Amino acid sequence: MLPIIFMVPIVQLLILANAATFEMKNINLAVIDYDNTVRSREVIRHFNSSPFYTLIPSEKSVEKAEELVHANKVDVVLIISKDFEKDLDNLSTSKVQLLVNAINGTSASLANAYTSSILTGYAKNIMIEKLGSSMNKPSSITTQTSYWYNPELKYSHYMVPGILVVLVTIIGMFLTALNLVREKEIGTIEQINVTPIKRYQFIIGKLIPFWVIALFELAFGLTIGKLLFNIPINGSLILLFGFAGVFLVLALGAGLLLSSSSSSQQQVMFLSFFFIIIFVLMSGIFTSTESMPKWAQIVNRINPLYYFIKVNRMVLIKGANLSDIKESFISTIVLAVTVITLAINRYRKTT
Amino acid sequence: MEKQSLNSNKSSKKNPNKFWGFALKEFRHIFRDKRTLLIIFGMPIAELLIFGYVINNEIKDANIAIYDKSGDYLSQKLTSKLGSSGYFIPKTYLYSDKEIEPVLRSGKAKMVVVYESDFAKKFVKEGNSSIQIITDASEPNTASLLANYAWAIINNFANENGAKELIVAPIDVRTRMLYNPELKAVFMFVPGTMALILMLLTAMMTSISIAKEKELGTMEILLVSPLKPSHIVLGKVLPYVGLAFTNAIVILLLGYTVFGLPMHGSLILLLLLCFIFILLALSLGILISTISNTQQVAMFISMIGLMLPTILLSGFIFPIENMPKVLQWFSAIMPPRWFISALKTIMIKGEGFYYVWKEMLIMIGMIVLFLTLSIKKFKVRLS
Repeated sequence: MLPIIFMVPIVQLLILANAATFEMKNINLAVIDYDNTVRSREVIRHFNSSPFYTLIPSEKSVEKAEELVHANKVDVVLIISKDFEKDLDNLSTSKVQLLVNAINGTSASLANAYTSSILTGYAKNIMIEKLGSSMNKPSSITTQTSYWYNPELKYSHYMVPGILVVLVTIIGMFLTALNLVREKEIGTIEQINVTPIKRYQFIIGKLIPFWVIALFELAFGLTIGKLLFNIPINGSLILLFGFAGVFLVLALGAGLLLSSSSSSQQQVMFLSFFFIIIFVLMSGIFTSTESMPKWAQIVNRINPLYYFIKVNRMVLIKGANLSDIKESFISTIVLAVTVITLAINRYRKTT
Repeated sequence: MEKQSLNSNKSSKKNPNKFWGFALKEFRHIFRDKRTLLIIFGMPIAELLIFGYVINNEIKDANIAIYDKSGDYLSQKLTSKLGSSGYFIPKTYLYSDKEIEPVLRSGKAKMVVVYESDFAKKFVKEGNSSIQIITDASEPNTASLLANYAWAIINNFANENGAKELIVAPIDVRTRMLYNPELKAVFMFVPGTMALILMLLTAMMTSISIAKEKELGTMEILLVSPLKPSHIVLGKVLPYVGLAFTNAIVILLLGYTVFGLPMHGSLILLLLLCFIFILLALSLGILISTISNTQQVAMFISMIGLMLPTILLSGFIFPIENMPKVLQWFSAIMPPRWFISALKTIMIKGEGFYYVWKEMLIMIGMIVLFLTLSIKKFKVRLS
């Protein structure tokens, strides 16, 4: 069991750290050129020379091109209408049409924006070329963008802390719950119950090994992240592990709570599966929590993963200090105390 | 009955009654455990409802900070334009360079917009003024999206306010968004959630139920019974096919009624697809159970081993085309990837068999592979 506990998460960390990106690297473009003139070919050349676009050959028919979209071979179809060059040269409005595969709304609007801006830019250049300097140059605003904390926009820096949290939580909460229920299922819990051991002694004795294993796993994962992905560790590790310690009390307490409300390993597993999936997907590990509806943000206040993922990223990447994460810290302590008290109270030495 | 069983012991192999009796027993086992049953049926509904509304890869209402060194009419106009775009909420106002770092570090703002001094004057007189945008790239997706939005709004603003004569590029780009004209995010997330739930739930249920017999030692008893090993496994998983299929139908109905997912294609084809996927998840569950001797190991592999890869590598949230090549290969061996892709083709694009036979074939190939592996493993165990 122990090799699995360590191997599965680490392998996942290695493979998945680079999977999470919305960035468009490649747009497959099919062009239907009804004009077939110097200008229209020039437009096509523009797209061909852009690293963002891969031109996919298509027959000269809208239906055939749409079929390519159906088959997922093409993302955007550009249709250049017949009098494209004539209209451009006369500076009357030339017409082009874009068909965008919009099943993924975000990718579609990005692809549309990129493509339209290339077309508009091309047309503007022609106009300026035609009108020459007779035109007044309009005022403009220069925008400089800087990306702080992660100037190269490396997704692994973002994902490694998040995945680590999920793995540590699952291991903490899940293993505790399973371990306790297993004793119930096999019947050995009866034997422990008749010993003079006190309730709190039993619980603490059960929780401490998992607490240590989970913290160790966090340290192990961080080392791997540092060595292989070179993730930044800008904040204080003591702060991070202090927070993780409190968080794990919460996670283990939740595991204990789950185990005391189920009677078989199967039940525990389904229950924890239910909560973990909800907590993970709502925690903001993949999508920004600010864009979630208000009620979801309120629910997130009792989502332990939401706090830990936030804190882990803030401390590691941004070097946040205690006062930056104060709110999350306090909320987590409150949650931890509540859950562990509930768990201890629910646990009975009689079954 | 007694005689029959004796007979079948001699003729050893086929006895449908015995097999159905065994399957029936498994059904009863499952239906007796009301709590598990409640979770199995309640969970998909709850999760689909939650995720349908919550998971969204769009960005809106991001808190930003404004550092306006100029404070003139133009910079204020632009700030209010940023605020009214729906993407940004100008929440904090800064008055010195030193304040920028803390506001980003504490997460109070995701982006800081810095106007240079004499913003309006430079814009009007010199024809160019500049803005600095600083984003918190500890969340790279959000950072680049926000920067893109801001850039577009600022450019637009400059065009509206800066031109002495209106310049309209002599081109008319008309875009038609195919399949999803309103760019709804649920088109991505409902199929993804469905794949996630069916995959994990089915693989978990199967692997656990078999591993449980092993752990409690009852598997040995079953194996010495006149039932063939394949019948034992079949009898154990059969009830789960029913459960999972019911779940699939419930999810599809919810997606259709609550989230307005279109149903353009053939319903029979869709159900066939779901059925193949469920069989695939089942055979994966069987494979997991043959390599694990306890429920814990089976759960660990089927939950922790499958959850993140299913979410990340299947095209559920992150488009596969954007991933590095190596990960694209990995995603090719992820069963949900093929299911999601075929599901979208049938439901949203409304295509027929011709466009999904490849996905179906791959999934059937995986079923055969998993089952063959399991049978091999199973035999080794017996000897």
